[in-house]
Amino acid sequence: MTLRAASTFFYRRPYWYLALLLVPPLLWFGTVYLGSLFALLAQSFYRIDDFTAQVVREPTLATYKQLVTQPANVDIVVRTLVMAITVTLACAVIALPIATYMARYASGRMKALFYVGVMLPMWTSYLVKVYAWRLLLAKEGIIAWVNAKLGLTGLLEAALATPGIGGPSLSSSYIGMFIVFVYMWLPFMILPMAAALERVPGSLLQASADLGARPSQTFRNVVLPLAVPGIAAGSVFTFSLTLGDYIIPSVVGAPGYFIGMMVYVQQGTAGNIPLAAAFSVVPIVLIFVYLSIARRFGAFDAL
Amino acid sequence: MPSRKQHRHDQPSWLVRIGAFAGLAFMHIPVLVIILYAFTTEDRTYQFPPPGLTLRWFDVAFARSDIWQALSMSLGVAACATAIALVLGTLAAFALARAKFTGKDSIAALFVLPIALPGIITGIALLAAMKLAGVDASFLTIVAGHATFCTVIVYNNVIARLRRLPPSWVEASMDLGADATQTLRYVLLPQVATAFLAGGMLAFALSFDEIIVTIFTAGKERTLPIWFFNELFRPRDRPVTNVVAVIVIAVTLIPILLAYYLTRPDDEHETAR
Repeated sequence: MTLRAASTFFYRRPYWYLALLLVPPLLWFGTVYLGSLFALLAQSFYRIDDFTAQVVREPTLATYKQLVTQPANVDIVVRTLVMAITVTLACAVIALPIATYMARYASGRMKALFYVGVMLPMWTSYLVKVYAWRLLLAKEGIIAWVNAKLGLTGLLEAALATPGIGGPSLSSSYIGMFIVFVYMWLPFMILPMAAALERVPGSLLQASADLGARPSQTFRNVVLPLAVPGIAAGSVFTFSLTLGDYIIPSVVGAPGYFIGMMVYVQQGTAGNIPLAAAFSVVPIVLIFVYLSIARRFGAFDAL
Repeated sequence: MPSRKQHRHDQPSWLVRIGAFAGLAFMHIPVLVIILYAFTTEDRTYQFPPPGLTLRWFDVAFARSDIWQALSMSLGVAACATAIALVLGTLAAFALARAKFTGKDSIAALFVLPIALPGIITGIALLAAMKLAGVDASFLTIVAGHATFCTVIVYNNVIARLRRLPPSWVEASMDLGADATQTLRYVLLPQVATAFLAGGMLAFALSFDEIIVTIFTAGKERTLPIWFFNELFRPRDRPVTNVVAVIVIAVTLIPILLAYYLTRPDDEHETAR
């Protein structure tokens, strides 16, 4: 009876019921998560004393000044941004045929195969996948072996000799890093894209064909514009994940630093939490800018 | 081929077909390669093809106490984080599924922020807070970090199911004389149960495998991904690292497949309706 009374009590007072449900998760997110984000922000306004290497807890803009005035730091931000944008574009291009096929053409078993086939690698251990690419890209690894068998070693060497993106081997070049990034985030692009394509009504395609459009025209003028929200939603993931990653650039990659690595190194060996915090504010700002752009393309309706 | 007849729209062009199957292959080759390398007899380089195959490295790996310690640490963290996430995520989902109130959108945004922002932000933010508050890294700080993003996973799974549930079911239950607890027990919970379990499975797999946040909150503690990350730069232990990679794949794959299985029949429901 008391349980019944209690349930009636809360049913009659929806705000009490709501408060009862919301208080525990809000308390957790408010203290652990938001509290931490504010602590991060606070730390970015502190500075490190050059002589004692201790954090000086007085509000100052010195750390941000250091971030924007040192050319090396600006280079890191630009390098990370360029990588995030190219990875996002590449993911969109590679994902398009996969998403189109699984959403529009495959059916029954084939469709299930594709969905499981995309989900499985997405959920497979992140670190193991990065490690796998170390094996693949190594000098004596599979890619070099396949290239040698196909007689393409010269082509690979020419690509690696390209200044700016090349390196001594695939596993220590920006090309290798780019491949790994694209591989890692590809499923995050495919799934929202496929979801958006699934929602395109078949009648529109028939109408387009009836009006004389070739399949390629229908695709370009009807399907693609309707898939844009899905692409925008996927690009939020690929962009954000590339901006913040520090494992991939340190396991596979060229000597140049990325934002995430800088955060990791500054808090670790350098012990400079204020600079690490200031650096981590950069991707937050970039992502909020990106989110506001993606929102215009309907990314949030497609999530 | 541009024929003058009607264009068939149920047949993909060869370009789409090749792109789709090549893309799918691209996504699976690295994982298959890792499994192959766990059996190679070569222990110094990543030579391909492997000169020979052996099961020796599994024995070597199983005899290592540091691996067992890291494994049990990871399982413990994942279990605790998942338990917290199941409670918090489900509460949040029930609160936000149907209710309308001011500030709801901001709260909903807050609950997905930990996966919208890169993991490194969560990691460095937790570390910044720990330094300010004078909290030392421990098992508990790892769990706190994991529980935060695991909650998002559970929340997403449960709220997606609740939104698909027709509101008329709850009304019908109440009209037939059931009180709120009975409605919860006989109508809502059976519907939500599989989404709840699937969310828990995914949260467990995600936590077990997490490295980006963990590095910041772990201090000297070693979860299996941290062990793995450290070994990446030590060539001597390559064969053992390969074996651990296979173990990690196996441990994460089981809950993921279960989660897929649990949510799948419902999807068929969706399309049938």
